[in-house]
Amino acid sequence: MRDKFVLVLALFAAFAIFSAGTLRAAGELDAIKKRGTLRVAVFSDKPPFGFVNENGDNEGYDVLLAKKVAEDLLGDPSKVEFVLVEAASRIEVLQAGKADIVFANFTVTDERAKQVDFALPYMKVALGVVSPEKAPITDVAQLSGKTLIVNKGTTADFYFTENHPEVKLLKYDQNTEAFNALRDGRGVGLAHDNTLLFAWARENPGFVTGIDFLGSLDAIAPAVKKDNGELLDWLNAEIETLTAAGFFQKDYEATLLPVYGDTVDPKTVLLTPEELKK
Amino acid sequence: MPDSALSVFMAGRNMARLMEGLWITVWISLASVGLSVVLGIPAGLLMSSKKKIVSGILRIYLEVIRVMPILVLLFLFYYSLSKVSGINLSAYFVSVLVFTLWGTAEMADLVRAAVTSIPVHQRESARALGLSELRANLLVIVPQAVRRLLPGVINLTTRMIKTTPFVFFINHPDLMKVGQQIVEVAGMRNHLASVWVYGFIFLVYFLICWPISLLSRWLEGRWKS
Repeated sequence: MRDKFVLVLALFAAFAIFSAGTLRAAGELDAIKKRGTLRVAVFSDKPPFGFVNENGDNEGYDVLLAKKVAEDLLGDPSKVEFVLVEAASRIEVLQAGKADIVFANFTVTDERAKQVDFALPYMKVALGVVSPEKAPITDVAQLSGKTLIVNKGTTADFYFTENHPEVKLLKYDQNTEAFNALRDGRGVGLAHDNTLLFAWARENPGFVTGIDFLGSLDAIAPAVKKDNGELLDWLNAEIETLTAAGFFQKDYEATLLPVYGDTVDPKTVLLTPEELKK
Repeated sequence: MPDSALSVFMAGRNMARLMEGLWITVWISLASVGLSVVLGIPAGLLMSSKKKIVSGILRIYLEVIRVMPILVLLFLFYYSLSKVSGINLSAYFVSVLVFTLWGTAEMADLVRAAVTSIPVHQRESARALGLSELRANLLVIVPQAVRRLLPGVINLTTRMIKTTPFVFFINHPDLMKVGQQIVEVAGMRNHLASVWVYGFIFLVYFLICWPISLLSRWLEGRWKS
C-alpha cells in the first residue's frame, strides 16, 4: 500500500517537473509583454556601466540602455525590473530564467556564446593593465613570475590563463575586492577591460593604465537565453535602430563622458553603423 | 572634508540603504535560526532514537549538508533548480531555505550530542515510573539537555548570522552588498569610503552578535546556581 503511494508521488513529481520544463519554451516576447516588465540583469557595483547611486537608484550606461529598450518594447522606460548580478553569475541568471536580458558590460567570447546567445554589440573593448605610478607595468613581459589581480570569470581571467601561464593570477569575485587588493599591493597590477580602467585610473591618482590595449578587440553585447530566437531577433533590430539614431552617442555623453573625461575618444568605445554590419 | 565618514553616510539615502540591507540580514538570520531550532530539536531526538533506519537517514542528511559549502547549496536551489525544473524560487526564500537546511542539520547534531550525554539511567528511571517515551523525553531528558545545548546553539547562531553575506551571490542585496555598492560610488571621490563603510558593517555585526554571547553567559551562570 505504502509502496504504491510512493510510486504515485514519484510519477506526479516527474510529471510536474516535465510539464514545467516544456511550458517555459513558449514565446518569450509575448511572455514579457504579458508580464508587463522587462527583467534586465545589470551590475550594481561597476560605475559607470551599472551601479546604484546614493539614492538607491540604478544608474549607468547599461542601465540607460535597458530603460530605452523597455520603452521601445513595452512603451514605458520604467517598466524594467533590475536583477543585480555579479560577473560570475551572468550566464546562470539567464539559464535559470531569472532575467530576460543581460546588459552587464558582457564581452562576447566563443566560450560564452556556447551557453548564451549574444545580440549585436553596443560597445567595443580591449584589455588593459593598471598599476601603481611608481612601478608602472607597460609590457606583459614585466609580469612574468609576478602576481596579477583579475576578476574570476572575466575576459582578463581567460586571456591570461590561456596566453600567459607564466603570470601568477590572484582572482577575486568582485570588483571592489580586486581594486582594494591592488591598493593594498597584493599584486603588481590589475587586468580588466580598458574602459573600466580608464575611469578607475582617472579617479585614483597614483595609478596609471600602463597597458591600454591588450588581446583582441572584443565586442560588448546584450545576452539572452539560448534558443530564444524571438527576443534575439527583436534585440538585433533594436540595436541597429538605436545605433543609426545615435542613441549610444547620447548614452556615452550622459554616463561615460563625465567619468572618462575628454582624454578618451568615444570612437574607441562606440560602434558606427558600418562597423555594426560586420 | 572630502574624506570624512559623514560625507559617505549622509549622501542621499545611503544610511537608509544600509539599514534596508541590515533588515535583510537580520530577517534571514532570525527566520532561519528560529526554524532551525524548531526543526532541529525533534530531528535531534529522532537521531538519538534506537530506530536504525530513522537515525541512519538523518545521519546521511547531516553529513551531506555538512560537506556542502553554503555557496553550492545557494546556487543549487537558486539557479540549478529552476534550470532543471522551471521552479523559480525567490532569492529570499532560497536564502531562508538553505540556511534552515544547514542550521537544522547542525542543530540536530547538537541535540543528539546533548541527549546522549544524559546518563541512560535517567531515561530508564523515567520509563520505569510509567512515563511514555515522549513524556520521558519532554519532562526528563530535554530539560537537562537544554543546559548542555546552550553554548553550541549560541555558537551556531552567530556562525549563521556571519555567513548571511553569501546571499548576495544569488542577487539578494544584504548589508554587505549595499556597503559595497556605496563604496564603489562614494570611493570615486572619498578614498577612505571603504574604511568607513566596512568599519560600520563590522560594528553592526559586533552589535548583533555580542549581546547573544552575553545572553548565553548570563543564562549559563543562572542555571549553574
